[in-house]
Amino acid sequence: MQKLPMKMKSKTENNRRKFILRMARGAGITALGGFIWSAYVDEVTASQLILRPPGAIMEDDFLRTCIKCGLCVEACPYDTLLLAKPGDNKPLGTPYFIPRDIPCYMCPDIPCVPICPSGALDEPSVTTDGKLDINIAEMGLAVIDRETCIAFWGIQCDACYRACPIMGKAITVEYSKNERTGKHAYLTPLVHADACTGCGLCEKACVTEKASIFVLPKEVAMGKAGSYYIKGWDKDDEKRLEDASSIKSTTEISKEKAIDSLNSDMEDLY
Amino acid sequence: MSLSRREFLKSSAAASAAAAVGMSIPSEVQAAANEAEGDWRWDKAACRFCGTGCGIMMATKNGKIVAVKGDPAAPVNRGLNCIKGYFNAKIMYGADRLTQPLLRVDASGNFDKKGKFAPISWERAFDEMEINIKKALKHGGPESVGVFASGQYTIMEGYAAQKMMKAGFRSNAIDPNARHCMASAVVGFYQTFGVDEPSGCYDDIELTDTVVSWGSNMAEMHPILWSRVTDRKLSDPDRVKVISIQTYTHRTSDLADIEIIFSPNTDGALWNYIAREIVMRDEAEGIIDWDFVKKHMIFAAGPVNIGYGMRREGEKSLKDGKYSALEMETISKEMSKVVSRKEGPALEPYGYKAGDTMNHTAGTLGHWEISFEDYKKSLEPYTLDYTAAISKGNPDENMESFKEKLQALADLYIEKGRKVVSFWTMGMNQHTRGTWVNTLSYNVHFMLNKQAIPGSGAFSLTGQPSACGTAREVGTFTHRLPADMMVANPAHRKIAEHKWMVPEGTINPIGVQHIMKIHRDIEDGLIKFAWVNVCNPYQDTASATHWIKAAREMDNFIVTSDGYPGISAKVSDLILPSAMIYEKWGAYGNAERRTQHWRQQVIPVGDSMSDTWQWVELSKRFTVKDVWGEWAPSGPRKEKLPSVIEQAKAMGYNEDTTMFEILFANDIAKSYKLDQNDPIQKGYDNSEGYGDSRNVVGSDGKVFKGYGFFIHKYLFEEYAAFTRGHGHDLAPFDMYHKVRGLKWPVVDGKETQWRFNAKYDPYAAKATKESGNSHAFYGTLAKALQSGTLTGKDKDSKKQSLANKAKIFARPYMDPPEMPDANYDTWLCTGRVLEHWHSGTMTMRVPELYRAVPEALCYMHPKDAENKELKQGGLCWVESRRGRVKARVETRGRNRPPRGLVFVPWFDEKVFINKVCLDATCPMSKQTDFKKCAVKIYKA
Repeated sequence: MQKLPMKMKSKTENNRRKFILRMARGAGITALGGFIWSAYVDEVTASQLILRPPGAIMEDDFLRTCIKCGLCVEACPYDTLLLAKPGDNKPLGTPYFIPRDIPCYMCPDIPCVPICPSGALDEPSVTTDGKLDINIAEMGLAVIDRETCIAFWGIQCDACYRACPIMGKAITVEYSKNERTGKHAYLTPLVHADACTGCGLCEKACVTEKASIFVLPKEVAMGKAGSYYIKGWDKDDEKRLEDASSIKSTTEISKEKAIDSLNSDMEDLY
Repeated sequence: MSLSRREFLKSSAAASAAAAVGMSIPSEVQAAANEAEGDWRWDKAACRFCGTGCGIMMATKNGKIVAVKGDPAAPVNRGLNCIKGYFNAKIMYGADRLTQPLLRVDASGNFDKKGKFAPISWERAFDEMEINIKKALKHGGPESVGVFASGQYTIMEGYAAQKMMKAGFRSNAIDPNARHCMASAVVGFYQTFGVDEPSGCYDDIELTDTVVSWGSNMAEMHPILWSRVTDRKLSDPDRVKVISIQTYTHRTSDLADIEIIFSPNTDGALWNYIAREIVMRDEAEGIIDWDFVKKHMIFAAGPVNIGYGMRREGEKSLKDGKYSALEMETISKEMSKVVSRKEGPALEPYGYKAGDTMNHTAGTLGHWEISFEDYKKSLEPYTLDYTAAISKGNPDENMESFKEKLQALADLYIEKGRKVVSFWTMGMNQHTRGTWVNTLSYNVHFMLNKQAIPGSGAFSLTGQPSACGTAREVGTFTHRLPADMMVANPAHRKIAEHKWMVPEGTINPIGVQHIMKIHRDIEDGLIKFAWVNVCNPYQDTASATHWIKAAREMDNFIVTSDGYPGISAKVSDLILPSAMIYEKWGAYGNAERRTQHWRQQVIPVGDSMSDTWQWVELSKRFTVKDVWGEWAPSGPRKEKLPSVIEQAKAMGYNEDTTMFEILFANDIAKSYKLDQNDPIQKGYDNSEGYGDSRNVVGSDGKVFKGYGFFIHKYLFEEYAAFTRGHGHDLAPFDMYHKVRGLKWPVVDGKETQWRFNAKYDPYAAKATKESGNSHAFYGTLAKALQSGTLTGKDKDSKKQSLANKAKIFARPYMDPPEMPDANYDTWLCTGRVLEHWHSGTMTMRVPELYRAVPEALCYMHPKDAENKELKQGGLCWVESRRGRVKARVETRGRNRPPRGLVFVPWFDEKVFINKVCLDATCPMSKQTDFKKCAVKIYKA
């Protein structure tokens, strides 16, 4: 049989993983009353940058919901998913992945999700028209460091683009003229947050010493524009109004009642 | 012409035009070739990888290469690189670099074909080579000694290998992996122009309005050129059109205005369709430049029943039953076939119709002149309906929209005033009618007078860094001698023998042992000794199982010179650790005829020595009496090869004079002095010249202290002398160390941008002095033809001279020998990915490139995967009549085949796809078709 570098897991590895699972499950239980509690607290603080399996609900809810059973980890055919062990600096017993080591290969049948007994991995969030749809997963968002990404130097790379399972949607290549050479074009990657699932295949493929494209949890990677300004040129942008609520704004200067500020000392005015 | 276009021309194209009229060496290129900064040294070099020929600078520190940068002075890439080029500094330093000779031995240290590899001395290695070459010569004469040569040889080592083989061993069984890569382009050039290599250059990209990529994924395989195409598109997006003509969607289609997905092998029909549009609409629209055509063209045809370059009836291994019944299903087509309904209409003008049996005679290069009317007749079948019906490659595409695209394609070519460049690489070359398709491309360009002029032309890109510079120009092919000369031509042999100072009659006149033939001759037991140089023939050849089995299980001796343990090394009997590119002085020639030199940057790793050194050391082991005596008929040579020992004596040699003294260490060679005051040599190592600080113990058991002369300069200058005055003129050795490459012919210090064009090419200018013609296609091969019709040659016709003319060929669409059927229902196409070079021996050892693409995937259409119950990311078997491999299914990403076709790259030795591929070749060029065979895919 041929040996493939990206191999599906073998029997011995399964045993090893079962052992880790048992340990983590045990830790999950003892953690609540036992001596590892302090470690658990520390590790919670690190959870902001952790990448969860597809379909994971919001991090705070996830930590409350996940029962640390490890079924998702066992279901993953690529050994992508890991279960946080003591010392990993991650909430103990919870599943996560490190894309630079093993990214999510975006299985169309998403074996890690339906198996989740707790709802921490939410099947409807990765389902379109009644069918599992990994392309709508939101594990994170790929972010590019334009200083170190060699495509922005003019190197013909786009390894991330070619590695992207939804190439052309999640990552596109932008063309611009290289005025220095006068005859070459820059072909630079651009990540589209609406399509990127955060699978991390791009981060894995990146050829710079430390990846210049990397996945962060979406909440960490993205800013947010308020719904009080809508792009007049973009019909789709109206959608943001759906969540709009009444506007109330306070600044340092406006925090007092009008009548109080009007009646305050006038000393500084003359 | 739009304003933006005019502005662009002013700013950038004008610069190229200025260069064209006389500025041979731009001043910035004259910048010092080497600069010292800090404790590291920068020096210019050429990228190790593809045929683009990017210039780079290497940084050396403490005797090791530590960094690379794109060379801003290099005209090709202006300081940029692709990601393979980006890692040039890392390729020589893989952890498993071979450092000492290894021989298969038994427990007592004797050679044993079934033994394990153990380290031996260089002396022992040459002893074994000598013994086994002598054994092979005794067995079957010169034809029993073979060399797998390379388009990645430096010019000097290719020349040394060629010289020792052809003048020393008198064997023409030397052929490069470049045979697999661009032989069809070469035969296309020879047939059309009478001389090899492109008329245009990369400046065409900045000058053109239209880039058509024919079966070439330029975006991945020639990324720097693609970035130039992209820039051109950006310069004038409305005017500039990019057309991607492919058998599956890939990165090159990203930029395309039109993407045409065609059914494998029907590219010839597409070319004929365009030609038909030109010819049939000419009367009404005045499309053909008749003045140009009448002055410069003739029409020609050749036989069509030429087979598929597979094994033929009567060959030993077929008789011995080494081919299974399944394999024979395909191989039987080599002898005869039934004309299919698909190809029937295309073959009717040639006297065949669907259902006829076509008996094949082995491929022939013969052709004859025909009338324009006959040519027109050959095009009649290619109506839009017929062409679209046979060529639509995506079953899910609407026929009408496909037809519209074909029409638009023809219209772009035809449009008056629109410049067009057609690029191709492996798609048109790795093709059982590759030579034909190559010639068909020129037809279209010629009739429109859009060839060999700035911004227009059909341009064959090469895959390898020195497929042009070494394999073709030096002539490391079985049939070639340097500078477009042929072993079959007695006058050419005489010229070479004279230059090489060997007796007349030394060179063997039969040169037919091309690379597939070498493998087959090993399997047939004719070749008993084979040496692999700078290539990986046991991974890169189709029907691989046969050749590996022959190497491992038959009585023969296989030697591999390599830097790393690839498949070829593994199946060998002896492995020689070889200096890699920047560990030796060298030169490459790229696809636009640009020759680029570099110095030895560092001392080789371990006890590695260069291929040049290995050849020269081997030459010490053979004397006049060993190799220049009479040889009885053998293999393809039906007459004896006479002894030239007496003539050798008359030349002052004796029976014991070694080939080393005659071919490599003669008085002329010794006149090339080592000189540390020479600005070219100053401060640089020369391991062959001086030996080096490693004190490698050499082939005689003593520390190798160098030849004492500048052997690389000698080899280059001796070779360059062949080129000068013959339209291939290379500049002096030293000049190449002052510039960033020059495009030959270099005449009076000026390079040539557009060959055959009297305005740019001094040879064309000379040839048109009296006629005042715009062009002269001055190649000399097959330039006197008899005449005939599409169905045959008029045997009584007189040969007519075609001096300075080129040819437009009538050539039909024909099916490949193996097509999908009920049992093997899918097309398999193989190829490359940007991240990896060829068989991956270097790039799979660069951690970043390995990480980016660790394995070859089987790219297929998601519906095919679903129908075959295959899972994305799951394993499948890809099985042909020859063998099967396991690969992971990929239905997404960079390559998106239509239903019915899969693509598997060949770089990965663990997904050994060449076990599955078919070794059918273009019967004229002998280039294997790695793009087409029939497979079945099922769950693993």
